[in-house]
Amino acid sequence: MSATTAGAAPAAKAPRVETPFRRFVSEFFESKIATGALVVLVAIVLVAIFAPLISPQNPYDLAQLDIMDGRLEPGSRNGDDTMTYWLGTDDQGRDMLSGIMYGLRISLIVGAGSAIAAAVVGASLGMLAAYAGGRTDTIIMRLVDLQLSFPTILSALMILAFLGKGIMNVVIALIVVEWAYYARTVRGTALVERRREYIEAAQCLALPTRRIIFRHLLPNCMPPLIVVGTIQIARAIALEATLSFLGLGVPITEPSLGLLIANGYEYMLSGKYWISFYPGIALLITIVSINLVGDHLRDVLNPRLKK
Amino acid sequence: MSVYLLRRLIQAALVMLAMSVIVFVGVYAIGDPVEILISPDADQFERARAIAALGLDKPLYEQYFSFLGNALRGDLGRSFVFNEPALQLIGQRAPATLELAFGATILAILVGLPLGLYAGLRPNGAGAKAIMAGSILGFSLPTFWVGLMLIMVFAVQLGWLPSTGRGETAEFLGMRWSFLTWDGLRHMAMPALNLALFKISLVIRLTRAGVRETMLMDYVKFARAKGLSPQRVIGVHVFKNILIPVVTVVGLELGSTIAFSVVTESVFAWPGMGKLIIDSINVLDRPVIVAYLMSIVLMFIIINLVVDLLYSVLDPRVRLESKG
Repeated sequence: MSATTAGAAPAAKAPRVETPFRRFVSEFFESKIATGALVVLVAIVLVAIFAPLISPQNPYDLAQLDIMDGRLEPGSRNGDDTMTYWLGTDDQGRDMLSGIMYGLRISLIVGAGSAIAAAVVGASLGMLAAYAGGRTDTIIMRLVDLQLSFPTILSALMILAFLGKGIMNVVIALIVVEWAYYARTVRGTALVERRREYIEAAQCLALPTRRIIFRHLLPNCMPPLIVVGTIQIARAIALEATLSFLGLGVPITEPSLGLLIANGYEYMLSGKYWISFYPGIALLITIVSINLVGDHLRDVLNPRLKK
Repeated sequence: MSVYLLRRLIQAALVMLAMSVIVFVGVYAIGDPVEILISPDADQFERARAIAALGLDKPLYEQYFSFLGNALRGDLGRSFVFNEPALQLIGQRAPATLELAFGATILAILVGLPLGLYAGLRPNGAGAKAIMAGSILGFSLPTFWVGLMLIMVFAVQLGWLPSTGRGETAEFLGMRWSFLTWDGLRHMAMPALNLALFKISLVIRLTRAGVRETMLMDYVKFARAKGLSPQRVIGVHVFKNILIPVVTVVGLELGSTIAFSVVTESVFAWPGMGKLIIDSINVLDRPVIVAYLMSIVLMFIIINLVVDLLYSVLDPRVRLESKG
């Protein structure tokens, strides 16, 4: 209990004092590009969360779809003249704007969910490798090397070939593909951190190992973990979209952005570009804004780049 | 050097063996091809005969050993779907994928090196900034979507290039190649560019970082102080030293290019190995999946080995270390 209060004390002392967190926030907002990207990203996440409230149509509710409205151009009115398809409709008469909002949900849930799960697995193993050292370290790092020597798409294909299609299997594939990045990053940081005085002090206090790892070591390994995590979310979203595009990902009933793009593929050749184009733009904006935020986070959180 | 080579070869063989177990167990233990390949109307007797014919009734370890023994003889089973040897199927599709991957690699170097060199020499210019922004896009854009956009612009809107297929092929070394005919090259242009985008960005970044680093080195300063022309300093002194990381990465990337061609091939209906594996996964054609994965893994191990050896040729420090 005393350790927690001691840890929280500097932040709670006075509101105007410069804390590391406040310095980090002000440094982050120094960059206009990163701030803009963050705003866009927050907007995207809000759209995804509130999709059922703001989308013009529920794209999963087949009763709301009118097959007669299939493949309408952006800006067309629907058959009953009650709504406008701002981004056009796909082959089943689904409003693309609604489809994209719901697709974003799936893409973000799969991307963020797998990134977080991979972070937990990877960070635990990386921490274990750094703290235990010796043979444990060698075995874990050999696995990491092996995993990283294969391209992501190949590992993902392999797992989907083993397990079959489906959203859960895609998440598993993404976790298997990504954990190694976290493990390597955390191990590197933890190796440096564990030689610091505060760890030594904690060991001298005879604190249990678990407590040292989770309460002392882990918080100090967080900055690089956050950076890797951000970039990996973008990569996970892109990979999920790719797998769904290849027909190995999410089921057709609840399409993610990748599957929406795949659905439009055959119509693209006849000039009906919007079915693939707009989901692609949504995917692109999401990935680029996450990458820009992640890139800037790395600059801010990396002490070596400090002026 | 020979000790080093031997050690690397043994390592490679071990990795290959480990991967064969993983692939075999993964593909054969999970999922049930009987359900897919044998008609549901078949009676029990027909079912049993089909299972025996496919060798699916034996225990798993026995299946593995016969698989391993056959694999060493170059036999990875027959495709359930095409009823052809799986390895032969892969071999037939390999030239298409290989020429695509090599085309993309060449394109990446031809485009990436000059752009990276320019961005590295004038890091603060507007051109360099534009190039770097472009390279960020190249990393972020999902390949398949860029492919679709290429089709939309160049095939549908402008009508300059064909959107799908390999076009006319010519025979060379007993295999059909597209890059030998004009029509084939036209078919190859978009897929190759699509596949190359990621690597162009990579080469730009590596070259730029390398140039900026080497320009500050004493030997570059010395070469300049000697009064050598800038062309010679950049072309010889700088270029040689930035080539090491670029060669390594491009070499290592060749494998991942071949793996990622799965996506490009699906977009452009390019009849290579990548399209074959996607189709095979969809129908659970296990021998073909295994044959594909094993050939890719083997290729990876060989590429890693070659790059390591090439590295020791290019960089004397590695050579000396391995001797000591």
